[in-house]
Amino acid sequence: MTTLKINEQMRSTSAPDEMPLLWVLRDELSLTGTKFGCGMALCGACTVHLNGQAIRSCLTPVGSAAEQPVHTIEHMQSDKVGRVVQQAWVDLNVAQCGYCQAGQIMSAVALLKTSPKPSDRQIDDGMSGNLCRCGTYPRIRAAIQLASRRLAGDKA
Amino acid sequence: MNPADSSLVRRRFLQASAAPFALVMGLDAAAQDAGPKKYGADSMSGGTVGRPEVFVSIAGDGTVTIVAHRAEMGTGVRTTLPMVVADEMEARWDRVQVVQAPADEARYGNQNVDGSRSVRHFFAPMRRVGAAARQMLEAAAAARWGVPVGEVRAAQHEVLHTPSGRRLGFGELAVEAAKQPVPARDQVQLKKPADWRYIGKGKTTGIDQAAITRGQATFGMDAVLPGMVFAVVARPPVVGGKLKQADTAAALKVPGVIKVVEIPGFQGAPVFQPLGGIAVVARNTWAAMQGRAALNPQWDDGPNASYDSAAFRHEQAQAVKSPGTVYRNNGDAPRVIGEAPGERRLSADYFVPHLAHATMEPPVATALVNDQGCEIWTSTQNPQAALDGVAATLKLKPAHVKVNVLLLGGGFGRKSKPDYVTEAALVANAMPGTPVKLVWTRDDDIHHGYYHAVSLDHLEAAVKPDGLPEAWLHRTAAPTITSLFAPGAKAAAPFETGMSATNMPFAVPNVRVERAEVSAHARMGWFRSVANIPHVFATQSFIAELAHRAKQDPLKYALAMLGPDRKIDPTTLSDVFNYSESPVDYPIDTGRMRAVIEAAARGARWGRKLPKGHGLGLAFAYSFVSYTATVVEVAVGRKGELTVVAVDMALDCGPQVNPERIRAQMEGGAVMGLSLAMSSEITFENGRVQQSNFHDYQVLRHAQSPRIIRTHLVGGDTRLPPGGVGEPPMPPVAPALTNAIFAATGKRIRSLPVRDQLSQAST
Repeated sequence: MTTLKINEQMRSTSAPDEMPLLWVLRDELSLTGTKFGCGMALCGACTVHLNGQAIRSCLTPVGSAAEQPVHTIEHMQSDKVGRVVQQAWVDLNVAQCGYCQAGQIMSAVALLKTSPKPSDRQIDDGMSGNLCRCGTYPRIRAAIQLASRRLAGDKA
Repeated sequence: MNPADSSLVRRRFLQASAAPFALVMGLDAAAQDAGPKKYGADSMSGGTVGRPEVFVSIAGDGTVTIVAHRAEMGTGVRTTLPMVVADEMEARWDRVQVVQAPADEARYGNQNVDGSRSVRHFFAPMRRVGAAARQMLEAAAAARWGVPVGEVRAAQHEVLHTPSGRRLGFGELAVEAAKQPVPARDQVQLKKPADWRYIGKGKTTGIDQAAITRGQATFGMDAVLPGMVFAVVARPPVVGGKLKQADTAAALKVPGVIKVVEIPGFQGAPVFQPLGGIAVVARNTWAAMQGRAALNPQWDDGPNASYDSAAFRHEQAQAVKSPGTVYRNNGDAPRVIGEAPGERRLSADYFVPHLAHATMEPPVATALVNDQGCEIWTSTQNPQAALDGVAATLKLKPAHVKVNVLLLGGGFGRKSKPDYVTEAALVANAMPGTPVKLVWTRDDDIHHGYYHAVSLDHLEAAVKPDGLPEAWLHRTAAPTITSLFAPGAKAAAPFETGMSATNMPFAVPNVRVERAEVSAHARMGWFRSVANIPHVFATQSFIAELAHRAKQDPLKYALAMLGPDRKIDPTTLSDVFNYSESPVDYPIDTGRMRAVIEAAARGARWGRKLPKGHGLGLAFAYSFVSYTATVVEVAVGRKGELTVVAVDMALDCGPQVNPERIRAQMEGGAVMGLSLAMSSEITFENGRVQQSNFHDYQVLRHAQSPRIIRTHLVGGDTRLPPGGVGEPPMPPVAPALTNAIFAATGKRIRSLPVRDQLSQAST
């Protein structure tokens, strides 16, 4: 039995330690906001926060996440940065199909927590692990910049 | 929301919705003229339905519920069409909720979200739905007050009696409105475009935006049903292959694995049938994958085992050297070219490889079979085809199959082929009472797609002394999509040659378009903008090459080739396709084409002095009865490092129903067009796809994406019939990029993707 701290709640799973966290979240806990895209940490759709760091849950063994704080997209309304990022996404109508956007937002929140005013280069570096097939990259960039301004207290 | 719940909600809604507008009528069906040839929506299965009682219901509290009958794959249609209804009926958008229709074309009209047709075909019917509902609300209020209906008008969720100032909310009128006669089609009074509140404004936030950003939207991948189990399938690596043996005992030993189910291979044409293979069912997706890994299946590869991309490219290159089947002929292009002196002749071959759609959500479907039939929850572009496929395969009556349509994590044409839905139904059929979610991994998606056809296009021209072409020969060689439906088919369909080959509208006196026939050895499928991709890449590259040969500015040259503004009947160009639209209603208007070219050029400030290593490239296309032009600015470094600095894209799609989503489609088309131009390629060896995931099937990432994409909406004439939006942004992007690379470096890219061709050139 593994104890997990998911979105501030204690959960337990009997999944084997090597099973990726993604499938525990999705198939056992029905936390389906975290998406499956590639299974090889190539697309970022499965991004969650482990100890505040953006990680790819599709390759993270659940055993390695035991008893450490895991946060998923479902928690971001309760996260100060997360809430602002989500609102910026809505205000700029970022999503097209929307499937990758949970992962994009989780990476963006992690980026803004380490780099509150990210440069274009920092956005490239922080976000290039997250693929979007619909091509919403320019709006994602704009939404990160908008969220950054709002978090800094600007009204924009 | 749990789709099991939403399904129940939907059933209740459908019953409830019958109450407010429970009137039987046949507006659109009765009004259709029985002509010899049908165009547009009338040529599609299910046609259109303009009945308010099918699409609109009003609750006592005033909540207006509007049915979205077309699936959402990212175009915004789930917002746009209900928004049209809301606008015409004067409903307030913040009082509207949208529910998704299950598969039922007899009830809702055509549901196949494909071919950039949703707004094109349903703008007018949805306007009539909303307007008819408004008139019924007005009639109900007039009856309540005992006043002439001419004295009342609906506005913003209320009906007002102007002389007395009395007003009633929509909720208060719902029951009586439902008892009013539905206005006959010729009595429906549409709003004047000047009175639209939402249409054309682009101020409406997407209906799913908030749920998506919170991880609460339900995609096909997210269906959750009580007691659900999970399946993955080992499929034959070569199309047409058969399972010889598999170690099912080893798979069943994997903890969590419950069952293995053999899936029969398709018979006859592939169509949308499963490829066959063996499914492993488990308590979770990961256990199913582990079980599959233990199967060690052996295959009989069948007739496509020798398919090899390098050899096939050679075959295509040979094929275009000889005359092919003629699809268009004006004058005598081969003779004029043959007699022209060498310095007046130009020829070039252009190549576009197979492509995979690679939707971010791989194909997925959940199925439950019980004594009542089969219920499906899935992301599909083509719900009715999914339903029909399941019914035929399980030998059920269509009425005993229900297909619930969840959000699609991308479509691009892949999810109009519901092979994965039938797979899920077959596995569920082997375990009645247990819901089965059948997931494709990314490997599955890349290995077992319906690929964009590998294309080789040969262009030849003879030019006049002024540098403009006197003769134009276009010979294309690509496996046909019709091979999906007729095994062994080689001849092109009109919908392939009619995408920017036979219907090229340039002012050239001698034109021949030919097809050299080659065979298909994998499943060919339509991919966002389909045959326009190779044809526009080839023709727009060739025009830029001709301009260079003539030492003329590519923009001026392109406009000269386009000739004077005129409306061309596409049938005079041998195009019997014209995207299935009437040649009378949808002529090819070179004036509209010129306007988008000029808008894109203006946006990019064409002709300005550029920094060293920079270049501008132009391309344009008529596709899906819309007009697009793109200018790309690139910077190429000394070692061939390619940066896309900016993209300017102009589009004239006629009426701009939801301009904000139109711009989103243009931005997305620019990025996806650059992906295929710069990075993406599927190749086969021994009949097997050689790529497997995003490390070797590459698509654009943030850092490669242009930071500047300027979108220019041109035209917008609301008197015109609407054009497509989803696909038209794609075709001009690749040639605009390679034309820009040529302008920057003098290096002509004739084979996609660009990948490392520039660094090779510089070493």
